[in-house]
Amino acid sequence: MPQQISRLLVLFVLFTLGLVIARHYLVPKTFGRLGHYRAAAIDSIVSRNVKYVGRTTCATCHEDIAKMHSVARHQTVACEACHGPGAAHMEAPMENRPPAPRKRAYCPLCHGYDPSRPTGFPQVDPVAHNPVRPCISCHNPHAPEPPVVPGECSACHGQIARTKAISHHALLPCTRCHETSQEHKVTPRLSRPTKPRDRAFCGECHGKDAKSPKEIPRIDLASHGERYMCWQCHYPHDPELR
Amino acid sequence: MSQPDKSRKPTPSQPPKLPLDRRAFLKKGGLAPFLLLVAKVAPTPAGETAPPPYQPGEHYYGMAIDVAKCIGCGRCAEACKTENDVPREPFYFYTWVERYIIKTNGETAVESPNGGIDGFPATITEQGILRTFFVPKLCNHCANPPCVQVCPVGATFTTPDGVVLVDKDYCIGCRYCIQACPYGARFLDPRTRTAAKCTFCYHRVTKGLRPACVEVCPTGARIFGEVHLRTSPLARFRRFNEIQVLKPHLNTEPKVYYANLDGEVR
Repeated sequence: MPQQISRLLVLFVLFTLGLVIARHYLVPKTFGRLGHYRAAAIDSIVSRNVKYVGRTTCATCHEDIAKMHSVARHQTVACEACHGPGAAHMEAPMENRPPAPRKRAYCPLCHGYDPSRPTGFPQVDPVAHNPVRPCISCHNPHAPEPPVVPGECSACHGQIARTKAISHHALLPCTRCHETSQEHKVTPRLSRPTKPRDRAFCGECHGKDAKSPKEIPRIDLASHGERYMCWQCHYPHDPELR
Repeated sequence: MSQPDKSRKPTPSQPPKLPLDRRAFLKKGGLAPFLLLVAKVAPTPAGETAPPPYQPGEHYYGMAIDVAKCIGCGRCAEACKTENDVPREPFYFYTWVERYIIKTNGETAVESPNGGIDGFPATITEQGILRTFFVPKLCNHCANPPCVQVCPVGATFTTPDGVVLVDKDYCIGCRYCIQACPYGARFLDPRTRTAAKCTFCYHRVTKGLRPACVEVCPTGARIFGEVHLRTSPLARFRRFNEIQVLKPHLNTEPKVYYANLDGEVR
């Protein structure tokens, strides 16, 4: 064999050996076992901690709530959808108490009116629907029921009742403004409820020096639209909604 | 069990009973380790038996999304961020919810403020809207994934159960996969400077749990399960609904199947 060939051969062998050694140290151990990737990466991803434990796990301790919840309208809503991940709570139940959203801002995430939501999904206008009161003061979040129709006036005057229910006057009972005799229920047209007759009536709440809560808007009866009755501009069942 | 022995032992003047006692003692002694084993197993709930080791080859996962059921509450995006420790900044999402507003003049507006986690602004008027709906989006876990093709180092890959994952310890952060993904499902994690994306909650599904977004979805708009198994909720959903995928013309063969999808959705 010519000398130059044998030298080249030695160089080639050394080069190949170097490559093999470098490859041995540079390529991860598990690379290529399952495909063109590190098989060990799967293990490191699998070993990550689970934070959402699932509703069946919640039910092992909170049996009573789970039982009520399982037949209620919210049965498809997971515990952890509202209460957040439960893994930490499972390990130390008392130290890591999961939060319970009690504010009015939370429920409208699902139930606030949005034209993009599917038709038929229960929605309310969070601004007009019983303002200020927390949702949970009327609705049990674990077993919510659709609103009960107040048995009295709305049985016949549903449209007014529904309009009023989402208005700023929602919390006023009908009888605050309309004196209604018991006979009205039997012979509605023969004994009609009263209607407010003067501006002073609205002034009882909205007058400048009325003794009503101070969140209620105030006007000066003497200077505010003095030629008109209040309800000629403001619809009392739905005042100033738009 | 030990009661008769103890009552027997103190009875005097019966030496022949002694060998029996020894036998009983040995019997119990031999049983003790097994009893201990039983005692250790017993406190776990009855339904929870030791899970068989996970066999990736026996599964092939997919997800279905019923657009008509999505109420846009964003609980999926919130749960996903918590479960997977995704950066809280509003540009990083494994899954997010988009609101489509298609107007009568033909314009289509798509928005996703903070992925829908904080809800959607209620400022839109109903005037001039033709159709409007929510579309949850996530990595489509394509059967023919462009992101895996372009990765120069093999840091992103498809597992035998059909989940596309990122090896964050091997990723060099070159962003090729982010460019290649036609669905915008990938981002560069600002903490590790590596690519990140939805994992189908691989750490959960390998333990027999459902992905976090599926777990918390209040209306059941997301369905997770086996693609090939006929008796899976996913297969049932695909049988009963008209199914579409996103950008079918790209031949990525997504495994996230949409029902009631509008033609405007990209």
